[in-house]
Amino acid sequence: MCPTSFLIDYSYIKQLRLRWVIIFLVILFICSFKSFSSNARGSGRTIISNEKGNTLTILDSSDKIIQTIDTCTRPRGMHFSENRKRFFVGCGDDSLIAIYDLATLELVGRITNVAQPETFDLHPNGKHLYVSNEEDATVTLFDVTTGEQLAEFETGEEPEGVQTTSDGKFVFVASEAANLVHVIDVDKNIVVKDILVDTRPRRFALTPDEQELWVSAELAGVVNIIDIKSLKLIDDIAFLPTGFRKEQVTPVDVLITKDGVRAYVALGRANHVAVVDVKSREVIKYILVGKRAWGLALTHDEKKLYVANGLSDDITIIDTDNLRAMKSIPVGLVPYGILIDDH
Amino acid sequence: MAYLSMIISRVSIILLLLAGSATLPAAAQEEESEFVFAYVTREADPFYQKQRAYTGLKLREAKPLKDAALLALGESRILGRLARVKFKLVEMMLKKSDNISTALLKLHRESNASVYLLDIPLNDLISAGRALAGEQELLLFNIRHGEDSLRGENCSPVIFHTYPSNAMLMDSIAQYLVKKKWSRILALRGSMKEDKRLTETFVRSVKKFGLNIVGIKEFTLSNDPRLRDRTNISLLTGSTSYDIIFLADTQGDFGRYIPYSAYYPRPVVGSEGLKASAWHWTWERHGAPQLNQRFDRRTKRRMNGRDWASWMAVRSVTEAIVRIKSSDVQEISSYLVSESATFDGYKGVPVNFRRWNNQLRQPILLHVHNAVIARAPIDGFLHRSNTLDTLGLDHPESSCNFQGN
Repeated sequence: MCPTSFLIDYSYIKQLRLRWVIIFLVILFICSFKSFSSNARGSGRTIISNEKGNTLTILDSSDKIIQTIDTCTRPRGMHFSENRKRFFVGCGDDSLIAIYDLATLELVGRITNVAQPETFDLHPNGKHLYVSNEEDATVTLFDVTTGEQLAEFETGEEPEGVQTTSDGKFVFVASEAANLVHVIDVDKNIVVKDILVDTRPRRFALTPDEQELWVSAELAGVVNIIDIKSLKLIDDIAFLPTGFRKEQVTPVDVLITKDGVRAYVALGRANHVAVVDVKSREVIKYILVGKRAWGLALTHDEKKLYVANGLSDDITIIDTDNLRAMKSIPVGLVPYGILIDDH
Repeated sequence: MAYLSMIISRVSIILLLLAGSATLPAAAQEEESEFVFAYVTREADPFYQKQRAYTGLKLREAKPLKDAALLALGESRILGRLARVKFKLVEMMLKKSDNISTALLKLHRESNASVYLLDIPLNDLISAGRALAGEQELLLFNIRHGEDSLRGENCSPVIFHTYPSNAMLMDSIAQYLVKKKWSRILALRGSMKEDKRLTETFVRSVKKFGLNIVGIKEFTLSNDPRLRDRTNISLLTGSTSYDIIFLADTQGDFGRYIPYSAYYPRPVVGSEGLKASAWHWTWERHGAPQLNQRFDRRTKRRMNGRDWASWMAVRSVTEAIVRIKSSDVQEISSYLVSESATFDGYKGVPVNFRRWNNQLRQPILLHVHNAVIARAPIDGFLHRSNTLDTLGLDHPESSCNFQGN
């Protein structure tokens, strides 16, 4: 980045005094490094969907609430569009997916007739959205550019987490009520395998090398690990923060850092986030957050972790360097999903 | 895949055995076996008779528990895809003259049904449990009766209970009263046998959790001025001081007038006011809205505790078949009571069956007509192995002895 900037700015040098040139170059030099460690990219805004409040809470880059916008009923899963100019909001009780412009926060489109969407994932082609339809025991495939439904896959009851692989070949879907992970082969356009996992599978995370798929099993209080090559369960990670009983530990969202070193698991009713060493599969720390922590999101630089606490109507922001909660911010009724626009 | 071939071989043996019967469905697909549930009712069952109160009001209306079983079967479709088992439900209504155990055995021979959802009167259930206690190929589910003796002296190794016992329901109310420190209780009960039994169960819960009954009074539905100490609500509720009224009125015709009519401004629990149930249509946690909406869409009505028990019976069996990779009734039966069984009852904690009396341990919902107020076990009530066992008779207190049957 620096040499490029230098070349571009070289033409200005003649017109500027040397002093200014030096200052300019120094600033450029600092900025080009600084941009890796700050969240100044994108708008820096954070968007939170409030499932019961039917609103989106917008935070600015300093985590102040700048806006609360009324949206559809039961907004839950959210996802950026491929170019990150827009974002999708699944409206569970309206059976549609709302499309918002990220800069203006205006509703710019709707994908209709999506039976009770809960969460979804965008295929790497940027066009195909795989949506879990909670009430219909199906996953539907939509073209986000036309809103057209392209395919439907039968799943167990209450499909939830959806995860596509980066090569775009497979889509994984967790079925909460059937305790299954379904594997959709994208080319064949069919479910090629049902993998039996522990009770109430919810969300996924892929390790960066895409060798392991982590699945939270909410009622079993564990994360199951599926080997991608063999599509078999190879290990579990159990969670038990001090002072909690096993049945209070109900993991939902899982995130793995880009370097594949650390994982964060929101433990639901146990009101903690577990920090896991991915390699050893051991819990390093439990961080106390709000009530019923479900949704998680990391800033682009992975310095801050946002946690949606569904039953205390707030979010907790965690400093990932010292693994401490920095602050909590009251948002709307039953916060569910978090998107951070800082790429 | 080993279990698959096991199932296939079992099915083919059954097919061979039944080769003479022309009623057999088309032979199961090469790789798919069939597992049959039966839903059993009794002709002219008083439970389903229309009970109109004065002026034609329907105070309570029983709806068939089959709806919930069918819902659960539908939900198990994909699990069947994995286990290569096709789940099916057959129905039977016993005639007035039919003997329950003979009829069940006949149905078993004819339809090959393994699991029986019994929506039948209490006496039938007790006699089926006795007569079939040694049966290895049948599994019976009590999806409707809270009667404690079914889990005690009248228990049977072939009967599993997904419906909570009255002791569990009453314990959950008592826990809530302890939490609220509403410890002095006035009990009002009707004259029916069921009202008396329910009151006895509640008194046991009161003692168990250290609450205090300040009086037990019987009411009568009448206008007779000579009976006014039993018909006049102010007289019934004004003579002593208390924190809360417990009401046992299984008929419901008198009890509905008690809230807001008592002498003192005290809440009512039990048959009116705050009630304890296995399920409620307003329960909004732990995935419950999804189940409630599915049920509502299918049946155009609200799911209640008995519907839930019927649904749970099917869900626990189908889940067991997939987990243990076998459709063998004995293996299913031992899995249901094993520690490793963790069924999802949409009540937040994994549930499974108590080994000592085949009762499903489960959270109980305390609710008013349009909201769930609390979920028992109430926070703070602890147990050495499972907090769910703070509800109902624990192992050492249980009079159930499977060997004795």
